[in-house]
Amino acid sequence: MTRAAGVPSALGFAGAGRRAAMRPRALGLAALAGTLAAPSLAADIPPNERRSAYESMSAASKAMQDDDTANPGMLWVLDGEALWRRRDGERARACADCHGEAAQSMRGVAARYPAFDAKRAAAIDLEGRINLCRVEQQQGPALKPESKELLALSAYVARQSRGLPIESNDPRLQPTIEAGRALFERRQGQLNLACAHCHDEHWGQKLAGNAIPQGHPTGYPLYRLEWQGLGSLQRRLRNCMIGMRAESYAFDSPEFIALETYLMWRARGLSVESPAVRP
Amino acid sequence: MARSLIKVSPNPRRGEVIEIKTLISHEMETGFRHTSTGAAIPRDIITSFVATYNGEEIFAAQLFPAIAANPFITFYTIARESGVLEFRWTGDNGYAASEQVKITVE
Repeated sequence: MTRAAGVPSALGFAGAGRRAAMRPRALGLAALAGTLAAPSLAADIPPNERRSAYESMSAASKAMQDDDTANPGMLWVLDGEALWRRRDGERARACADCHGEAAQSMRGVAARYPAFDAKRAAAIDLEGRINLCRVEQQQGPALKPESKELLALSAYVARQSRGLPIESNDPRLQPTIEAGRALFERRQGQLNLACAHCHDEHWGQKLAGNAIPQGHPTGYPLYRLEWQGLGSLQRRLRNCMIGMRAESYAFDSPEFIALETYLMWRARGLSVESPAVRP
Repeated sequence: MARSLIKVSPNPRRGEVIEIKTLISHEMETGFRHTSTGAAIPRDIITSFVATYNGEEIFAAQLFPAIAANPFITFYTIARESGVLEFRWTGDNGYAASEQVKITVE
């Protein structure tokens, strides 16, 4: 009963199908039975209502993100620039030896990742692509997930796309997007919640005093004040899963890649903010 | 990979009050945390920050475990003459970092 009391309107709105619909609470509870049986969720957020969580931040946090000398994420970007030029691996090649100046060659890249890797016939995210380059081209060891080096490189590459709109129009990604959507809408964990319950249906409302964002991954890797450090989208997803008391997927698992691919498709049109700052 | 970011207006007018923003990468490990096996993680923080303007100290701060990672310190001074602003951070385990910025007062 605690669960129903905690999210009565979630169930009500799920029955209504649109978050804009205002329904009395009694109707919400009446819709409970049907919702639990078939969790068909609200329609996608229309493009003109898509919002980055940036917009609900405090003026202080916005100022921190906007000023490159106050944004701590830029510390990783500087490290990433050094790594970009550092010769590494058995072949002693630097990223810059093949890709040249990142400002040109990496412009817009992060805005269209995860991308489809034809050789593997699977979607691959930016961190995965960086590691693939390391292993295959530089012939060095792959960097560990959430390691300082991988975050620095991905922050540096993502920084080159700041301000560009997120794109997702590769038809080969469609099955991955669908798989990601299924995970996004699937109830899981001890709280029996789906991602969509908060981020499709209750964005803009409050959860324990915090604004619920739409959950668009516009600024990853990003500096979270709570983390006191930079973190990837997968770290954030892990966070959410632990919050709903579900068992998190492993780093770089197909489930995380699918979720990332779906989320970027869902956020298409929004501007890249990397490295963003979030509370 | 210790890095810092400094922002200061490079060409202030004489007598102008200028804002100086400093950001440095540091874990600021409090010393109060433990690993999953119960071992204490030793304290590793920046303990002191000093800013000088042509050798004269204009701002100093002591830092403690409650300061967040990557300390961001902002302060003001009056642009009196062209010269060098120097920033020094020192801390646990012999940590020392410094940065210099030239300003030209018009």
